[in-house]
Amino acid sequence: MTMTMTMKKISVTVNGTTRQSEIEPRLLLVHYLRDVLGLTGTHVGCETSLCGACTVMVDGQAVKSCTVLAAQADGSNVTTIEGFADGGTLHPMQQAFWEHHGLQCGYCTPGMIVAATQLLQRNPDPSEEEIRQGLEGNLCRCTGYQHIIQAVQCAAKKMKSKPAAAAR
Amino acid sequence: MAEKFVGKSIKRTEDPRLIQGLAHYVDDIKLPDTLHAVFVRSIYAHARIKKIDTSAASKTAGVVAVYTGKDISQKIGPVPCGAAIPDMKVPDHRVLATSKVYWVGHPVAVVIAENKYIARDAADLIQIDYDELPPVLDEEKAADPKSPVIHEQFGSNIAYKLTAGEGDIEAALKAADKVVKQKIYHKRLAPIAMETRGVLARYYPGEQELTLWTSTQIPHLARTQISIMLNMPENKLRLIAPEVGGGFGSKLNVYAEEAVMGYASMQLGRPVKWIEGRRENIQGTIHGRGQVGYVEIGCKKDGTITGFRYNVFADMGSYFQLLTPAIPTLTGLMLSGCYKIPAIQMNVTACFTNKMSTDAYRGAGRPEATYVIERAMDLVAAELGMDVVEVRRKNFPAPFGGDNPFHVATGLFYDSGNYQGALDKALKMADYTKLREEQKKARAEGRLIGVGVSTYVEICAMGPSPALPAGGWESATVRIEPTCKVTIMTGSSPHGQGQETSFSQIAADELGVTVNDCTVIHGDTAIVQYGIGTFGSRATAVGGTAVYLALQKLKTKATTLAAHMLGVDAKTVTFADGKFSSGGKSVTIQEVALNAHLAKNIPADMEPGLSAQSFFEPKNFTFPFGTHIAVVEIDRETGEIHFKRYIAVDDCGKQINPLLVQGQVHGGIVQSLGQALFEQVVYDDQGQLVSGSLMDYAVPKAAQLPWFELDSTETPSPVNPLGVKGVGEAGSIGATPAIVAAVVDALAPFGIHHMDMPIKPEHVWNIIKKGKTGAA
Repeated sequence: MTMTMTMKKISVTVNGTTRQSEIEPRLLLVHYLRDVLGLTGTHVGCETSLCGACTVMVDGQAVKSCTVLAAQADGSNVTTIEGFADGGTLHPMQQAFWEHHGLQCGYCTPGMIVAATQLLQRNPDPSEEEIRQGLEGNLCRCTGYQHIIQAVQCAAKKMKSKPAAAAR
Repeated sequence: MAEKFVGKSIKRTEDPRLIQGLAHYVDDIKLPDTLHAVFVRSIYAHARIKKIDTSAASKTAGVVAVYTGKDISQKIGPVPCGAAIPDMKVPDHRVLATSKVYWVGHPVAVVIAENKYIARDAADLIQIDYDELPPVLDEEKAADPKSPVIHEQFGSNIAYKLTAGEGDIEAALKAADKVVKQKIYHKRLAPIAMETRGVLARYYPGEQELTLWTSTQIPHLARTQISIMLNMPENKLRLIAPEVGGGFGSKLNVYAEEAVMGYASMQLGRPVKWIEGRRENIQGTIHGRGQVGYVEIGCKKDGTITGFRYNVFADMGSYFQLLTPAIPTLTGLMLSGCYKIPAIQMNVTACFTNKMSTDAYRGAGRPEATYVIERAMDLVAAELGMDVVEVRRKNFPAPFGGDNPFHVATGLFYDSGNYQGALDKALKMADYTKLREEQKKARAEGRLIGVGVSTYVEICAMGPSPALPAGGWESATVRIEPTCKVTIMTGSSPHGQGQETSFSQIAADELGVTVNDCTVIHGDTAIVQYGIGTFGSRATAVGGTAVYLALQKLKTKATTLAAHMLGVDAKTVTFADGKFSSGGKSVTIQEVALNAHLAKNIPADMEPGLSAQSFFEPKNFTFPFGTHIAVVEIDRETGEIHFKRYIAVDDCGKQINPLLVQGQVHGGIVQSLGQALFEQVVYDDQGQLVSGSLMDYAVPKAAQLPWFELDSTETPSPVNPLGVKGVGEAGSIGATPAIVAAVVDALAPFGIHHMDMPIKPEHVWNIIKKGKTGAA
């Protein structure tokens, strides 16, 4: 039997807009973003926090939104892939993925871009090895990662010359 | 001069939507009133269903329907198999299990509810009583007459037996100085497209039209088959492959869930959606490989191969999916590798097991062939004390092409090749002679360095229609709009390969416009003419050629119209850089396009409009090839395998966009590397799926991989006017033998000549621990 759930009120700022919602306490953050707010750029690839397709920023930390409850995000600031471009200008990481063919089917890409951006926030000048280690939580089945690594290296250069973009 | 695009590494036109999270995969398509489905699947490998109690699930608030096999299995046609082999046994594959379940993950019931959380809850309330039966799990033991039988009506588990090849194999092996034998495993793999399967169905009762959005590689073939399953007119079913998040062959299929969603939407009059979970994906989406075989290769003392036999047991799983039984036949076709072998024989025993069906996974039968012939060449080299490169060179044909294909004893005619060229280039990149010296020195110091070389050839551009179950041609329509924007409709169904860009490159060059003037439409059967789809590295070589040929027709018409506008004979008109010129006068393609649509000044015998269609039927397959070299060092303390170098020289003929080619090669190599070192679908002795999550099924991660050093040679294919061959599967075919060979070579001081995949540190460590005397 489905239990009658007490709905919970949450307030989450997503990509700069504060959203008030009433949700089931068990609702996952990724389903909140995708199904309640219609932000379908964040993908579900495994439901077990292993593939990283669902990675979003919560209060500046990259988290896997398939294993976070929406209720846990109450009061926080969430950035999804839809919030990365600044109006018509792509985020340097997005631009670098495009230039270096860092994606094929594109399904892992939003999570990969979020994770890679976090990586550069923590280490603005990573070595190839550090990039490989830093992206361990994100799986890509298409690219073999080499073009992704080149994209991150390229983004690192771009973001060093334009640190403002890195803060996003 | 207008900018030329073919041959350039330009950025993809599909990327802006993908990098901003604005693309639409199936689950991103939201329709009002959508219901959500969850399948209940067998928890046993082999059991009789005694009773299914759905009452609690049906009574759950928010549940709209519950279907079991009894309710719907006879109302929906069987899940289709497109392959046919003489005397093949075909089980009746229904969308839901009825009396027996055949593998862990076999769908038994489906719950449809107002949202996915309710559907999930209710699915857990369905009670199924089973009588467990002994499972059949090993494809070789399955053939034993004493084995339990899965499909009782057949009396045994043998789905078919097949012998293929040419030449007198017995005589060839008898004539050999040595015959080397080896048992070789190809473990089951899971394709793991990052987007799992998913279906959204919407039925309009008034129009009697069903639309299915499904994550597929073959929208038109799937529409034909699903319309038959649902017993509805094919032209009332619109099938849309929206953005598709990878396939690797796993979506080159028609699945039960697709038809069930269509059926449910028709019954309930509301949209119904099913999104596969990752556990379901590993349980219930096709697997790849699954062969165990016995190699016998005969050779002369100088390394000349006299004959090659492969006796193989192929694991079908319990049912056939679309191409299941055909996969081992592809293995048979490619057993000659890139060598002159006078006699080849493959004997297949294809067996049913209590596991998910095998089918096409990146390479589909050809990686198995390449792996066995390449391993066999290494074993010959070891037996004769020859260098692995020397034994390969000894058996290469001279470079060939044009009107002189290379006939091999599997019955094929390879289109063009220069195996020496690719090998030489790779050896030079690796500095092979120096590598061997370093290896010698390292060995003297007790370090374990290995070098593996694979010279592969594969079969692509599938393919001539007589060789494929449902036609091997491809279609294209190219339309120049009144504003001179170019619309390309292709029957190919790209899902990551980037043909929206590469087909635009072809069109832009032919018409003297830019890539940004072109748009490629694919995947929607209501818009695009019938097509075959994307698989078998065929989209550019067959689909791209169809685009090219449609463009030629279009240019012919445009030239005639331009001549009319200029008041000259069409024979005097030249077309370059988007301009039709004759005797100092010219009109632009923009002017011609507008005039074709306004139709006020066109020849009396000319139809208005400017579009052309082509259906390209290739006369042969294409045969890309290359050389891969892996260099590894093994940690003696842990058995860990570290890559020192990885070099790949691939020849896929002409390259439309080299950046995309590199991407395909990288991805293919990594799937190969996964197979060689990490990946395996594991069922335990009860048939339980042990590797049912991404925690347990080891998809390669960035930190486990070396930097790939790529280069290419270019031997154009004579089979199509573009000279392209295809590259989608090259990496997944060429790399596995090189990686295994490198590890084996590193362990040669322990007397090791072969190891089975996936080679894990524990296997390596055990060999080192046992030392030379204990070596296999």
